[in-house]
Amino acid sequence: MSEPLLAVEDLHVKVAKEPILKGVTFSMNRGEVHVLLGQNGSGKSTLAYAIVGHPNYTVTQGKVTFGGEDLLAMAPDERARKGIFLAFQAPIGVPGVSVANFLRTAYQARFHGGAAPATDKTGGQSSGFSVIAFQKKLMAAMKSLKIDPALATRYLNDGFSGGEKKQMEVLQMALLQPSLAIMDETDSGLDLDKLQTIGEGAARLAQEHNMGMLVITHYKRLLNYIKPSHVHLLMDGRIVVSMGPELVDELEAKGFDYIRNTYAKKSA
Amino acid sequence: MNENAVSVAAEIGSEYKFGFHEDEKHTFRTKVGLSRETVEEISEQKNEPAWMRDYRLRALDVYLKKPMPNWGGDISHINFDTITYYLRPTDAKYSNWDMVPEEIKHTYDKLGIPEDERKFLGGVGAQYDSEVVYHNLKSKWESLGVLFLAPEDAVLHHPDLVKQYFGTIIPAGDNKFAALNSAVWSGGSFIYVPKGVKVDIPLQAYFRINAKNMGQFERTLIIVEEDAFVHYVEGCTAPIYSSDSLHSAVVEIIVKRGARCRYTTIQNWSNNVYNLVTKRAVAYADATMEWVDGNIGSKLTMKYPAVYMMEPGARGEILSVAFAGAGQHQDAGAKVVHCAPHTSSTITSKSISRNGGRTSYRGLCKVLPGADDCRSRVVCDALLLDEQSRSDTYPYIELEAEKVSVEHEASVSKISEEQLFYLMSRGLTEDEAAKMIVTGFIEPLVKELPMEYAVELNRLIELEMEGAVG
Repeated sequence: MSEPLLAVEDLHVKVAKEPILKGVTFSMNRGEVHVLLGQNGSGKSTLAYAIVGHPNYTVTQGKVTFGGEDLLAMAPDERARKGIFLAFQAPIGVPGVSVANFLRTAYQARFHGGAAPATDKTGGQSSGFSVIAFQKKLMAAMKSLKIDPALATRYLNDGFSGGEKKQMEVLQMALLQPSLAIMDETDSGLDLDKLQTIGEGAARLAQEHNMGMLVITHYKRLLNYIKPSHVHLLMDGRIVVSMGPELVDELEAKGFDYIRNTYAKKSA
Repeated sequence: MNENAVSVAAEIGSEYKFGFHEDEKHTFRTKVGLSRETVEEISEQKNEPAWMRDYRLRALDVYLKKPMPNWGGDISHINFDTITYYLRPTDAKYSNWDMVPEEIKHTYDKLGIPEDERKFLGGVGAQYDSEVVYHNLKSKWESLGVLFLAPEDAVLHHPDLVKQYFGTIIPAGDNKFAALNSAVWSGGSFIYVPKGVKVDIPLQAYFRINAKNMGQFERTLIIVEEDAFVHYVEGCTAPIYSSDSLHSAVVEIIVKRGARCRYTTIQNWSNNVYNLVTKRAVAYADATMEWVDGNIGSKLTMKYPAVYMMEPGARGEILSVAFAGAGQHQDAGAKVVHCAPHTSSTITSKSISRNGGRTSYRGLCKVLPGADDCRSRVVCDALLLDEQSRSDTYPYIELEAEKVSVEHEASVSKISEEQLFYLMSRGLTEDEAAKMIVTGFIEPLVKELPMEYAVELNRLIELEMEGAVG
């Protein structure tokens, strides 16, 4: 029996001395789509940031493994190279760094043992990397996600609209092919046609690469395109209910308190 | 960034790559220190006519009378009496690379000049210890009447042009170091572009300080006639010595009606060099002057490329990047002087300090009476990579006309944690992420450089950045 893709055990996380997660436990495998629901402030994003290792989020207790390896012992860049990806809710801009340059560097880091150093006279080719092949991949990915190719020469997220930033996140996902993709409110701020393209694009990627997906969202709409296999409700810093996809409709119809009172396991 | 840069090779060691020097072999060398006798000897070595010798001697008088500047960086440790002011490694000049003496060739081989020559440059003048040794002007430019020579040759063969323009933009009395240069200048470039001629390949020269206690006093004069265009690129390196070297250049540029001139410098002197430079251009009606100024090396640099917009429609643009590491002070900036109405200027300054380095932006935006309806925009951004480093801004704005629009934006920041994390979350190590952010910070200048310079500059920054974070 192989290890789960991601296993979170009794995770406690605080942010600026404030405890947010108070014992989260769940696990997931490749090919599954887990949805995390919860009210604002429930800790959904906190869980995402703790998994990717953001320095502002301190794990005070608990364990997280990724393919059986101790994830919390790894630096954030190591986790990324192992195949964890977070599509940020509000991606930050990096002026002066073109999208193409950034993507190529990240791609080399993920698949060719690191960004090619300046001393590498082959421009990375000694590790099997070809700039031309990458360029083709990039253009193909942009095309299939219906992203304007002109974005490739612009500076990463600098002056991008909210929708364009979300497109960049999914484009990165397409190129970096993570085994675990976490999507943090990717649907917020997206107009409907972009939502469809991005939703369908993400779902297609997940299927092609047998990814495990953890989707954090408020709205049902994204889930029309990315079909969940498991749905969790996060409340008071813990996962209080875990069910199948039917939980989404029930929650919408009946509200948080009803769901919690009806389904939550009684803890001591 | 230029995608091709990835495939251009250059070897980087972890130490200062250009810290080597040839055993000194010089056929003539003045005594140390500066005296009337020294200046006369220099003039005689160059076979100069009396008018240039006299110019030097008058400048010497000015130099001796002027006090040291009491602003800017700390120059109190320069001992002017122990500097050698002139040195000539060979008695002949060569127009064919194969004829250049071996050791000089060796030095320039290391600096990559023959490769450049094979590429697409219009002409290369290479300076080695005060004298332009190798000079090759492509026949195409010659046939168009473009002159690209050592200034000494211009004095001898084009005296009328020299007399007309030399010292008109930066007279000896301008400042103490301009006076010094005017007395002991040697080497540099003289460029003349006739009316309507557009030199579409950059003209390029290298400078090098080799002998201990050498002073570099190159003098460059560029004249761009109406509707002409030229791009001149200057890059310098120097070996490391224990006592201090002085580099005090003067660059004068005249850009006539409708013409355009771009002057690009990547300065990478080793960290014992005092680099005190006066660079100034005048732009006439509808003319454009662009300074692209990169300061990576030297112990102290004081340099404020200037554009004087003399007639309506003139435009000045200055793009400046300064990097200061341990023991370095880059006191750099720009000056734009609007002397006529309907002129515009932009100054973009990016500076980076780390390991206790200090960068200062010192800039002047001046609008004279009658220079109505002018626009000027100044953006200066400073990046401090750690707690020990320092950055200052000294902007001077003097407006004496009507309907003037002047914007000044300044920012100081450190590398954003959020940006670092974002890049690390895509698999870049912390060092790689910091380098990427810093490279992005200077991108507005890098993208204006010829490709080899862009590559060299990014690599220099990467070298400087080794272990930058934490």
